[in-house]
Amino acid sequence: MAMTITEKILAAHAGKEEVRPGEIVQVRPDLLMTNDVSGPIAVDVFRSMGADHVFDRDRIFIVLDHFTPNKDMKAAKASSEMREFAKEHNITHFYDAGFGIEHVILPESGLIRPGDLVIGADSHTVTYGGLGAFSTGVGSTDLAGAMALGEIWLKVPETIRFEFVGKPGRWIGGKDLILLAIGKVGVSGALYCAMEFGGEAVRSLGVDDRLTMCNMAIEAGAKSGIVEPDSTTIEWLRAAAGVAGAGSLPLLRSDEGCNYKAVITLDVTDMEPQVAAPHLPSNVKSVSELKDVDIHQVVIGSCTNGRISDLRTAAAILKGRRVNKWVRTIVIPGSQQVYKQALAEGLIDVFVEAGAVVSCSTCGPCFGGHMGALDAGERCVSTTNRNFVGRMGHETSEVYLSGPQVAAASAIAGHIAHPEEV
Amino acid sequence: MQISGRAWKFGDDIDTDLIIPGHYLSVHDPAELGKHCMEGADPAFASKVQEGDVIVAGRNFGCGSSREHAPLALKSCGVEAVIACSFARIFFRNAINIGLLVYECEDAYLNTNPGDVITIDPELGIIRDVTTGAEFKAATYPPLVAGIIQAGGLVPYVRAKLGN
Repeated sequence: MAMTITEKILAAHAGKEEVRPGEIVQVRPDLLMTNDVSGPIAVDVFRSMGADHVFDRDRIFIVLDHFTPNKDMKAAKASSEMREFAKEHNITHFYDAGFGIEHVILPESGLIRPGDLVIGADSHTVTYGGLGAFSTGVGSTDLAGAMALGEIWLKVPETIRFEFVGKPGRWIGGKDLILLAIGKVGVSGALYCAMEFGGEAVRSLGVDDRLTMCNMAIEAGAKSGIVEPDSTTIEWLRAAAGVAGAGSLPLLRSDEGCNYKAVITLDVTDMEPQVAAPHLPSNVKSVSELKDVDIHQVVIGSCTNGRISDLRTAAAILKGRRVNKWVRTIVIPGSQQVYKQALAEGLIDVFVEAGAVVSCSTCGPCFGGHMGALDAGERCVSTTNRNFVGRMGHETSEVYLSGPQVAAASAIAGHIAHPEEV
Repeated sequence: MQISGRAWKFGDDIDTDLIIPGHYLSVHDPAELGKHCMEGADPAFASKVQEGDVIVAGRNFGCGSSREHAPLALKSCGVEAVIACSFARIFFRNAINIGLLVYECEDAYLNTNPGDVITIDPELGIIRDVTTGAEFKAATYPPLVAGIIQAGGLVPYVRAKLGN
């Protein structure tokens, strides 16, 4: 039977020859992940389930990244609870403040391979589809059950294929493509479905941009996002994630004649950079439609756009320039590895010379957790993933989502700007 | 067990930041979370809602983050059930897992008014608007999900699987 790549991965992890959309399967994940927000609840629930040991201490990532370095005493307590659990169960992959954002460091670890199945107690776990893995987010209780049992139930999703045709222009990245798609289908347009991204425009993107695209699949309601792995994936695994045997990894693809719920074709020829205006990620416009919007803050970073290629894009625009006097600009490398690389390439110098704040890796401002909170009526251009009411601070503040090129240009201009404008 | 309470109506795409804003997520005490429930959509909600009340909402309820703090906050401030045209999938799983009742029923959304008295028969998925006399049938759960609900949530379900 012809299957999509998503169906193949689910079948393999359910010990079945084939699966059908709608079918409920019990799967055994390759990796589980939790953090300092979902983790403390998961730990309490794990204990209340009567579990005395985790299914596999080598296959659980605990990453303290949301309120770290500890914002206050409440956050300190949450981090302590996770540290104690990690010690008690001798968790191999425990990453305290100082390592980075979960969805940046897991791909860098080299432990996620094409065809893997990853479950994380964070909605942006969908990111790893950029490596050709099936990955999805759950809540704390599901994660606790999976830590205890080593398995979890999933409904096999229908797949919507997004075919990006045409050659993307100079200023177009993965963020623009995914915003285009979300703008097209809406915030529940892919509810419960897998979004499969393909076509020549996606093939031409590096892995960082593919991770960005899959990261925001959740903003269309999707269960997962995925890009079929190829030679670009293999080369990235070898070079950026240190996977020695990457060349011999099997590369799954969707079969000819597989059953898509829909195929949506999007032409990227001559498209402008995209921006999602408040207060939904689907409220997407071309950057020139918003060029009169004055801003007060810019954030460049997060699990969506905090990777080295994002910082390179931003630095190329900011080099030798100063950010606008009235726009505080926060740059957050997504991991220590990204930070070190940015230092080596001189990007951090560029940001500091331009008048930006460079912070340690943290989710902080993206969800209004800490740092960079917005006052009433303030507007921020951010490379993050959500622009809901009150997402980054006051309920009357506004977040405009963009790629790093628009964010950097807007920081200089003081209003939403196309990079060519500056 | 029959559910009976007043209807609180909300529209489409009620996201988890509206249900419980991100800056409260450094705590997970349900009582504390309950005080801020729905703060982003209706700042006075937590002080107005009463034990047993029901939220009736449009499409994609609970979209956004995986924070289990959202259904915990709803349950803690007295909300007994959420009826919506559709749910975001992580919110739906979280609610089932912690024992907050969730029902998919577009008819109920389209044909009830704020403040109507709603009763729900959880066994049959029958929703009644006592104020107007209308009756609606919610979508049924897959057997595995119904089993988790019957067990009282995922904790007793996993306890049983572990042999505890």
